[in-house]
Parts: sequence; C-alpha cells; structure tokens
Amino acid sequence: MPRRVVITGIGVVSPLGIGHGALWEGLNAGRSAFAKPTIFDSSGFATKLAGQLPAEFSAKDYVPKSYRKAVKVMARDSEIAVAVAKLATEDAGLVTRGTLDGAPGTPTYPSERMGCQIGAGLINAETDELTSALATSTDEKGAFDYRKWGTVDGGGGGMNNLQPLWMLKYLPNMLACHVTIIHGCEGPSNTITCAEASGLLCMGEATRVIQRDAADICYAGGCESKVNLMGTLRWTLLNRLAPCAETENPASIVRPFDPDASGTILGEGGGLVVLEEREKAVARGANVYAEVVGFGAAHSPPPAYEAIRTKQNASGDDKPGDGPRFAIEAALAEAGIGIGEIDAIVPTGSGIPNADSDEAAGLRAVFGRKLADIPLVTITPAIGQSVAGHAGWQLAAAALAIKHQRLPASLNAGAPPADLRSGAASAKPAKLRHVLVVSCALGGQNAAAVLRQS
Amino acid sequence: MTTRVVITGTGWVTPLGSEIETVWARLLKGESGIGPVSHFDASTSATSFASQVKGFELARFLKDVSPHEMASIGTKYALGAAAQAWKQSGLADAKVERRRFGIYLGSGEGQLDYDNFLASNLAGWTAESRSVDGRKWAEHALSTMTAVREIEQEPNLAMSHVAAEFGCRGPAFNCMTACAASTQAIGEAFEIIRRGDADVMFAGGSHSMIHLLGMTGFVRLTAMSQRRDTPQTAARPFDQTRDGFVMGEGAGMIVLESLEHAKKRGAKIIAELAGYGSTADAFRITDIQPDGRGATGAMAQALKQAGVSPREAGPDGRPPVHYISAHGTGTKENDKIETAAVKALFGPLAPKIPFSSVKSMLGHLIQAAGAVELITCIKAIETGIVPPTMNLKTPDPACDLDYVPNAPRDLNAEGGVELCLSNSFGFGGQNDTVAVRKYRD
Repeated sequence: MPRRVVITGIGVVSPLGIGHGALWEGLNAGRSAFAKPTIFDSSGFATKLAGQLPAEFSAKDYVPKSYRKAVKVMARDSEIAVAVAKLATEDAGLVTRGTLDGAPGTPTYPSERMGCQIGAGLINAETDELTSALATSTDEKGAFDYRKWGTVDGGGGGMNNLQPLWMLKYLPNMLACHVTIIHGCEGPSNTITCAEASGLLCMGEATRVIQRDAADICYAGGCESKVNLMGTLRWTLLNRLAPCAETENPASIVRPFDPDASGTILGEGGGLVVLEEREKAVARGANVYAEVVGFGAAHSPPPAYEAIRTKQNASGDDKPGDGPRFAIEAALAEAGIGIGEIDAIVPTGSGIPNADSDEAAGLRAVFGRKLADIPLVTITPAIGQSVAGHAGWQLAAAALAIKHQRLPASLNAGAPPADLRSGAASAKPAKLRHVLVVSCALGGQNAAAVLRQS
Repeated sequence: MTTRVVITGTGWVTPLGSEIETVWARLLKGESGIGPVSHFDASTSATSFASQVKGFELARFLKDVSPHEMASIGTKYALGAAAQAWKQSGLADAKVERRRFGIYLGSGEGQLDYDNFLASNLAGWTAESRSVDGRKWAEHALSTMTAVREIEQEPNLAMSHVAAEFGCRGPAFNCMTACAASTQAIGEAFEIIRRGDADVMFAGGSHSMIHLLGMTGFVRLTAMSQRRDTPQTAARPFDQTRDGFVMGEGAGMIVLESLEHAKKRGAKIIAELAGYGSTADAFRITDIQPDGRGATGAMAQALKQAGVSPREAGPDGRPPVHYISAHGTGTKENDKIETAAVKALFGPLAPKIPFSSVKSMLGHLIQAAGAVELITCIKAIETGIVPPTMNLKTPDPACDLDYVPNAPRDLNAEGGVELCLSNSFGFGGQNDTVAVRKYRD
C-alpha cells in the first residue's frame, strides 16, 4: 500500500498580511497590496510599486527565544522562511523543538522523521552593508581597488568590514538550515533553486520523501524577496516588470494571460505547507486541508530566453507549452483522473506575456476546449510575483479554496483570451474536489500538482 | 521488484584536466591542481591561492558553442562535463523519449558582473549617511548591466543550457545545498528513476566560487587554508597541521539510467548506483553535530538501501565497503567528526576501510565536489585502485583511520573494489551519501 500525503498546515506571509487568514481574506475581497516600497528606494526604476510585506513584519516574532541571536545573520528571505515555518507549525497543531523552546514536552514527531524542502532564490547581499565595506577599498579615482580589500601583503583590510559570518546570510540553503535548526528536522532536507517553480518542485520532492518512507512530515514550499535594488534591476533588465507610477491603481497593473499585459510586479514573501503521512495525520486528529494526489515536473525551452530557446528547438520537436503540458499530464496520470475532474487551476499567471503564453499553450494542450469551463485562480494581481516564494502562495490559495469550497475574487483589468477564465470576477462558493497547481519558471522548469479534497 | 539504476556515462571538468583518464592518472600520481588565483587579483588576500581549472575550452566538447557564449563559467564547465558523459553513454544513437529524460543538478550561482556591480554600488554610496542612494545606484546599474549577464547568474541556468544541448524534457530540478549539492542531486535523480518518473537522468553539478565575494566569504569564515607560501601542499585533509580547505572549481556529470532502459538499448554499463542517504544536522549554522550523527545517518541509509550491513565483514574477511570517498575538506572540525561518524557506523571494521580525500589534490569544488568524487569511486571500482590523501605527513590522534596516505593503493590482490560510499556535507548541516557498486547482472 503506497503511503499517502496530506496537507495539515499552512504558513504564509504575503503583501496582504501575515498568516493565511490575511491572504484568504484579501484575495476574497479582491484587494491588491501594491504600494511604494519603504524597504528600498524604487524611484530610479520605471516600476515604482512593489508588494512589500506589512511594516510590522519582524523575524524576531517568529524565532524561539533561544534562537534570537541568529536573526542578525538572516537575510530577509530567511526571515520569511522562519516566520512561515512557525505559522505552519502552529496551524498544523504540531509540537516541535521550536514550539517547546526548552520547555518540557515531546515533539509530535521524532527529529529524524521530519524533513524540510524550501525553494529559494539567489539572495542579494544587502547593498548598504556590502557597499560600506567596498567603499573602504577604492583608488584615487573612486574605483574598487582589489589590493586594498585583502589583509596581507600591503592590503588595507577592507574585507574585515564585513562580519565574519557575512556569507552565511546569503547561501540559499540557509532558509532550510534555520528552519531545520529551530524545529529540529533531522530528516531529508533540500533547497531547490529553480526560480518560480522552486516551491512546487519542493512540494513534489517532499511528497516523494514521505511516500518513500524517508520521513513522516515535511515543511515544503518556498520563500523569497526580490523587493530590493538588485532584484528589481534584474527583472527590469529582463523586461518582466510592469512600468507604473506611484499613483497608479494597484489593482489594474498585473493582467494575467492578457496578451497585451505590460509585466508583473515583484512581491515578497512565501509559504510553507506541512505535508504529513495520511494515517499518522488522521491518527493524531489533524485538520486536513487536502491530499496531494499527483505531481509532475518537466523541462522546456525557456520562454523568455531567446538564445537557448532557439537552440533547444533546433530539432523542431518542441511545441510551445510542452513543459507545463508534460508536467500537468504526469500529475493527472498519477492522480488517476481525467481533465474533466479538475475543478479549478492555480496557474503561475505572472502577467508577463511571453511566460503566460507558454503556460497558456500548455493548459490548452492538456485541456483543449474543456479549459474554458475551468476557473483560473490568479494571485499575482493582488500580491505580485515572489519567484521562489510564489508556489508557496499558490499552494496556500489552492488548499484554502478546497477547504472553504470557494473561489477567491479574480482581479484582472486586462482581456485574457476567451478560453482562459482569468478575467475579473467576484469571490463565490464552488464545488472543488480537485485543484491543479501549475508553476512555470523563467529557466524552463515546470511543475504541476493535483490537490484533492480530503 | 524495485528498479535498479545504473551509470552509463561520466564526465568532469577539474583543476587537473577535463578528461576522465588523464585526471584519474594524475590523481593516482598525487598531483596538485592548486596555485595562485588568476581569475581576479587576490594577491593581498589571506588566501591568495586556489585550485583553478586551466585551459578549458568549451569548443573542444561542443560543435556549436554560440548559444552558450554568454553563460557563466560554471555553466560552461557543466556543459563540458555533460558532453563527455553524453558521449560515453551512447545516448546520441538511442531513441530516448524526451519526457522520460530528466535532469537534476546541484549547480551553483554564476558570478556577478563585478566591474559594473562594484561600480554601481560605489556610484550610489553616500559616505555621510553610510548608505547607497537607490536612485543613483539604479541609474548606474541600468546603464551598465545587461539582461544576459544577470540571467546567466541564476542557478537554474546551468540546467537550462544542458537541457538545451541534449534534449532533456523530463523532470528538472536544481538544488543548492552548499557543498553537498551534487551528491544530493545524484541521489534524488536516482530516486526519480527508482520510482519510475524518468528512464534517464543527467545528474551532477557545477560551480565556481573563485571570485571576489566567494573567496571573501570563506576567508571571513576562516574556513580556508592560509598557507600562502606552500599552496600546493596546503590541502591537508586529516593531517594534524590542516588549517582549512582550498577552494576549487569545476563540474561533474553522470548519466543515470534504469537498468531495463540501459539493457534494452545495449548500453555499456559502468557501475550501479546502489543507495542514497540524506539527513540534516539541525544543529547550528556554523557547526556540525559533534557526534557526527547526521553523517552517520546519511551513510547508514545509503548502505541500507544497498542491502549491506555495516558491521558484517564479507566471507573473505574484508569490510562490506571497500572504499569511502571522504568529504575530507581539511578543516579541523569536518575531518575529526567525519572520522568519528565512520567509526560510529562501521565499528571495529572502520580502520579496515580505505577512506581518502581527493580534495588534497583537487581542492574543494564546492557544489561540484560530490559529483566529481563519485566519479573517482567509479574509477576505483573499474581499476581496483583507490586514490590517495596527499599531504598527510603528521598524524592527528583524532583522525586515526586508513586515509590511504600519500600514495594510491592497488586492491586487486584482495579482490578489487566492489562497493564504495561517497560523502558530501554542506554548510547549513546537509549530509548526503551515495553508494556505488560494481555492476553485476
């Protein structure tokens, strides 16, 4: 008998607020959370708005007292990870090393049966911190002088202005590292770095870890913040961001699947779900949001990168949308269901035309004319694209929709094609037995998962 | 009946060369790839040396390099290693169903566009407020940095290029679990084939951190050797005088295949991947569990999957594992605790297992290290010879196992090499081990 995997906890932080309640309430109300960021100066970019976390967000609120000192070596991405891990733990009703924080008691699961798979991005060094050190090592023209950086043989010791643990802030696996230390997860742990697909690939891998009996429970999802100078610069150069003034109506900026959409908005945050072996979850009386019944992953020519896209298609075998299509087909096959049994889809839907068109082609290839009957739950108009954190949000939205048997409101000021039901709509009750989550990355990695009402 | 997974291709790009046989021969001679850093001016750094790849030309491996010209150096190494593995596998002549052909890499990030990145930061720097003016920064950065240089730093781009070149359209993952990454990638790729999600997987990793902030980060952590006067012998795993690792760079790639798929197409099978174990220390961000239980657990899981009991000698009296490729970085902590972990698992048999670190010659290839070291295990199985730990002159009482000091060992008289473990442990507490075995029908 194969081991079955269910979602028993959701932890999420998003520009709509802290916790899955704030996310769900905001999505239902059809609110968009974009504003002028206060954590960096966006005025030098054409895209002035971003999806920043609420100002009251502070990592200190989410780490056990015994671990507070570690906050100073956490980049914002890690702060998000420790926060959503705590929220997911509490939501799942788990006792862990972190919830005990030295108090007597026994964790719900032994350490070696707890895993952790958190998708992450390239973490950008904090500009002020790094530059304050770089600025000590310049030549007479003000350019960086490598020889002044070192500490011996005539060097000026500039690098010593960085704290000794500086690099540890920026390793992508530090998200999982902090979470495993706090909650005592000594089972399999991984950090997938495949941009937008990272979080869903992590959920898929965590599902496999539990299925193959290498753990009973895993934290799975992703977290990232590109709401900073370097993140905004890169996505501006890649032509992925919607130009917008500070005064623009936030709700009308991101237009998923509209062929004339102008781009997306960066949001920060992420989400982790607690995945748990079903029998153990049921035995402890856990609240079950949904069961993970299918997962698939596939590679395709990167939609936004012409140089390798052309090369990849040299054989002529690749059709647009093959990547999402292969991933979805694998997930449906594992779930053992046909296309008529999918009641809603939570797509990536970034509002970036060349990315959306590839995802749309994949959906059409799988669902054909049936696609026009299936509502798409697009969250980017409300909270933006958080890249490695995005599928954490998507999973939360899908699981909550199943739990509440309800579709959140859909924001879309654009005109998506008639067969893609991602236009503007109010929240409404819906019968949702199977929800498909699809995640497509800039580099050509794709993932899909089917969640079933439990 | 569980699916057996075999290796049908290997390739690497290393500081001692970019061809399987020549590098293997140099490892058996105990040569060092270490020398002064030439990728950037590191002359005043406490660690001014590294193990650099030399004379690498992607055009030697690929007919058309044009789609890859702007790729990061790590991606180019990945392509070079993949091309060797692809050629050896003979897959070019087989009809592989593209969606059953996946890729799982543990590749690292590309390098910053340093000239423009540093200049943008300094252009925005305001000494009075000790902060960067975002508007000035953006103005400088937008006018100097380019989309291609930036996208090529993304850690999922190495796989995008490799998949482009060789047509992988199946499951695709990249993990960044620091120094454990490519071992983890190989282990997870093995699991993907075992559970039937793919028939063929490219697996491995690539990385180069021999650049300003990569080296800076490790110097500040005091994790690297500072023997500036004797760089060639600076990597001293298990030696009493070890003072840290030596940074390397490169790539390792293997082709994994289900046994059934390999047999059906008449592939030459190089070895069998027999087991994988993965644990987290969940201890401290800078330190390893002092009892080494994470490492012990990873090795134990890999052996269990391989169907081997660690404390049972074979009928010939030999230990159940004939060689362990150590993580063996040459840091005080790692080598002592890895030794303790091996002893904890194998008990009285531990001293009988040759247990060496090729990092003494190649340096530490960071995310690429595990894949390259697994290939040395495959060569050990193929030749019956295990590579040495060089520069091991002063024994450390805390490191009292058989590290194959200073000269390779020919085990053919004892019956060769049947089963090896390859260990990789990463900053942040990742522990991964794979078990590889001589292929028998």
